[in-house]
Amino acid sequence: MSGESSDYTDSANRYRPSDAQIERLGRFSRRFRRNTKAMIGLLLVLGLVFVAAFAPLIAPYQIDTTNIEDRSEAPSLEHPFGTDDLGRDVFSRVVMGSRISLYVGFGSIVGALFVGTVVGLVAGYYGGMVDEVLMRLMDAAMSFPPILLALTVMVVLGPNLNNVVLALAFVYTPYIARVGRSATLSERNEAYVESAVSRGETDSQIIFSEVLPNTMAPLLVQASLNIAFAILSEASLSFLGLGAQPPTPSWGLMINSGRGFMESAPWMILAPGIAIAITVIGFNLLGDGLRDVLDPKVDAIE
Amino acid sequence: MSRTQHSGEGRIDGSSTGTTRESDAAAGDPVDPDGPLLQVRDLRTEFRTESGRVVATNEVSFDLDRGETMGLVGESGAGKSVTARSIMRLIDSPGEITGGRVVFDGEDLLAMTEREMRGVRGNRIALVPQDPMTALNPVLSVGEQIVETITHHQGKGRKEAREQAIEAMREVGIPDAADRIDDYPHEFSGGMRQRVLIAIGLSCQPDLIIADEPTTALDVTTQAKILDLLNDLQEERGMAVLMITHNLGVVAQTCDTVGVMYAGNLVETAPLDDLFERPNHPYTRGLIDSIPQTERTYDELPTMDGSMPDLLDLPEGCNFAPRCPHATEACRTGGDPDLEDIPGTDARAACIRTDEIDLSESTADPVDGTGRDAVDRSGEPLFEVENLKKHFSAGEGLLDSLSISWDGGPSIDRRSVKAVDGISFDVYPGETVGLVGESGCGKSTVARTALRLLEPTDGEVYFDGEPLHELGSTEVRSLRREMQMVFQDPGSSLNPRKTVGRIVGRAMERHDIATGEEKRERVRELLERVGLSADAATKYPHEFSGGQQQRVAIAHALAVEPRLIVCDEPVSALDVSVQAQILNLLNEIQAEYGLAYLFISHNIGVVRHICDRLAVMYLGKAVEFGTVEDVFSPPFHPYTESLLSAVPHPDPTRETDRILLEGTVPSPVDPPSGCPFQTRCPRKIGDRCETEVPELEAVGDDGHVVSCHLSVEEMSQRESFVATEENPAASD
Repeated sequence: MSGESSDYTDSANRYRPSDAQIERLGRFSRRFRRNTKAMIGLLLVLGLVFVAAFAPLIAPYQIDTTNIEDRSEAPSLEHPFGTDDLGRDVFSRVVMGSRISLYVGFGSIVGALFVGTVVGLVAGYYGGMVDEVLMRLMDAAMSFPPILLALTVMVVLGPNLNNVVLALAFVYTPYIARVGRSATLSERNEAYVESAVSRGETDSQIIFSEVLPNTMAPLLVQASLNIAFAILSEASLSFLGLGAQPPTPSWGLMINSGRGFMESAPWMILAPGIAIAITVIGFNLLGDGLRDVLDPKVDAIE
Repeated sequence: MSRTQHSGEGRIDGSSTGTTRESDAAAGDPVDPDGPLLQVRDLRTEFRTESGRVVATNEVSFDLDRGETMGLVGESGAGKSVTARSIMRLIDSPGEITGGRVVFDGEDLLAMTEREMRGVRGNRIALVPQDPMTALNPVLSVGEQIVETITHHQGKGRKEAREQAIEAMREVGIPDAADRIDDYPHEFSGGMRQRVLIAIGLSCQPDLIIADEPTTALDVTTQAKILDLLNDLQEERGMAVLMITHNLGVVAQTCDTVGVMYAGNLVETAPLDDLFERPNHPYTRGLIDSIPQTERTYDELPTMDGSMPDLLDLPEGCNFAPRCPHATEACRTGGDPDLEDIPGTDARAACIRTDEIDLSESTADPVDGTGRDAVDRSGEPLFEVENLKKHFSAGEGLLDSLSISWDGGPSIDRRSVKAVDGISFDVYPGETVGLVGESGCGKSTVARTALRLLEPTDGEVYFDGEPLHELGSTEVRSLRREMQMVFQDPGSSLNPRKTVGRIVGRAMERHDIATGEEKRERVRELLERVGLSADAATKYPHEFSGGQQQRVAIAHALAVEPRLIVCDEPVSALDVSVQAQILNLLNEIQAEYGLAYLFISHNIGVVRHICDRLAVMYLGKAVEFGTVEDVFSPPFHPYTESLLSAVPHPDPTRETDRILLEGTVPSPVDPPSGCPFQTRCPRKIGDRCETEVPELEAVGDDGHVVSCHLSVEEMSQRESFVATEENPAASD
């Protein structure tokens, strides 16, 4: 009976994963690795994160260095994605723009997760009036087309990037709440919840300590799928002029600026457009793959 | 090619696995009407899992004659369902049938095309699946589901098929078949649904029916009726039946021959009487011994050590060797023994020591124990429940639970499910009180309401004098320390995302009993006390077997040092050989810690050995309450009597006059007038039973109460089911 591996804290009471938890992680990563969708998605997302993290090092030019002489030049060795109508290097702008997309994507989803999870779990656990009221609020928020809702919030708050994150978090909270609520509904009738009640746990202890860990899987899947939407929404909002303001190299803004040049300098639209597409595909694949891995029908032997 | 050897009544094929096949009838030979209907040879089914290939059916071979009923017994995980489904080729990825032949009426099913198989399934071989709730399509009427099978296989027109379907429903005993043919599955009770499944199976007059645990999901009284039905039908039609079950009692009542499976292998086959009289494999002996007999008194229930091995981690040598009391070195190293004939009998066994050991005697102690110690009831009861009621509103939401009736003018009543309708009992320290009844009688609801996990509609509950029904929620929460619960399904009562150590330790933290290192130490001690190793604390629940999970649940209940533990069907979900282990553990712990138990079960046979007093419940009320001796010998209330008579005994020589109750349990939304049991009571006297609700009245002076209009003299003249000095058991 060793003191080391017998519990999840060692003698100095620091958190130390137990053997069982390590094995569980190992099983998860094995299954994940075998799922092609998840791996491709992960690759794309990691690529994006890498690019965003090292963006200033990757981008050869400043994003706002204008060079009117070289404007609207086709892709070349010097400018892999060409230049835009102000002579700025499109490649650098796309690379730097990845930071914005990631910031908005993660930021809004984390915000939505925080609020949505609490709302969903509380509604699912208590049921009755609490559930009704909370879910009607969520319904109200969902009944507006997401862009319209974000637009409204932006108009109130003022157009800048941080407000975009807030607005999108607000928009996506109901979707997370719904998933959280349905996961809670199926967990709350499980015997271990009753066991916790019979142990004398308070409601909040039960919701956050017992039920929440079992609802993580569908929440994470929903969140990762929503990131793609968030990034798209940011692009739309910026396209409409309500998100990032020039000269911020938001991909949506770049598409907006490039609208007039579709025939003469299509790379101004294509480059950021493809970047959005790849990002969205990456997150979608990752989310789908995660769902497969976390929710599989385990091989059952009768 | 020579014919198979037939030897007498049992007609078990004499060839053994792995040896030459010249003596087998080959597919393509002219069909011999006297030959076996089904010949399974070296059937092997494997499953691909993350951790490797699992052999669920390992070279299984047996014969089944026309008109014969064969039981396939084994505990969960033994491979019986897989074997049955392999015969019908219902195995899908990640499983596949990797070897063997299944010769049905002269043709090898494994060699057929899928199209040909579709013509066999449902038509010549029918499957009656296990769970009547999920096996029927909820959106199709039962008539449609039966007709579907008929039109598909027999090409008859819809009208003719419908007539045939009504006839099939009548044959399986569904009353008002012509009216009910268009009803949906949810409008039938569990027993009726099972009959519908049987009707679907029978609709095309198959030669073979494979019944997969046909009565496991049903109550004891319904089970008795379904088994009788199967017996009758089989005699009438001369069908062969392959009955899969883990219940030896069911086997004893219905089968001609028996096959015993363990960890994927068929370890014994024998004619029924031979199997029980002189089993040839130690596992069979152990299985038979594990079933506690209602007539005997035990100090400790007989058990088999250990549990079935994980199919991913089979032992070298004989799979049963680690648990076998007769195992030798040769057993442990030699590889799986072949299934071989036992000379002089019609049996086969897979054991290398069959000629050396004599298994005809039970290994259980032949001397009756003293049973349970007398309970000291001189002080105050620990737990008192008085006239407890719990009504749920029927229907969802506000409007659905109202019903309009038109006596003279419209009036609106609130419909409610009277799950518990006035029950009273008490539990003294150190005592075990049982609540027995069939599904829907309200016993689980009583337990939960008494613990205030549900709010009582009416009535009083006192714990150690404290009025539990009146306390505020904080006070109730702190009182929870004294009353703990062990749940029915250990798999779901333990949070799958927490390690065992955290689950057990959490209870200690919550009530400030211990923290930090001291808590961990105590958790380790507790786990060892319940029979697990201390390092189980770092594992997750799903890594344990059902029996071990239940031990964790017991450790969790003990962690707070309660005085009362409510056990809600704690062993119903476990295998037979494990049940006794857990029950013995519960008894030991009770003696050691001086606990009181409230034990809920539908298995009246088990209850006999655990409880000091018990209440028999029907439709939310207690119909009888008293000490175990008083209730069992003889049973006074007619319901108690029929419950006891319905239990299938694992003894083929024993003839019990089974009392089959008419009809089904009435709905608790609309209970019958007068005595709740009057709609089904075989001893109903007349109008009085319909108009007057019987009160619980004392019979004898030991606190034995019964609610029935029959006189005490009439009731005490029943045949007893448990032998005592004054009342010899019915079978004697």
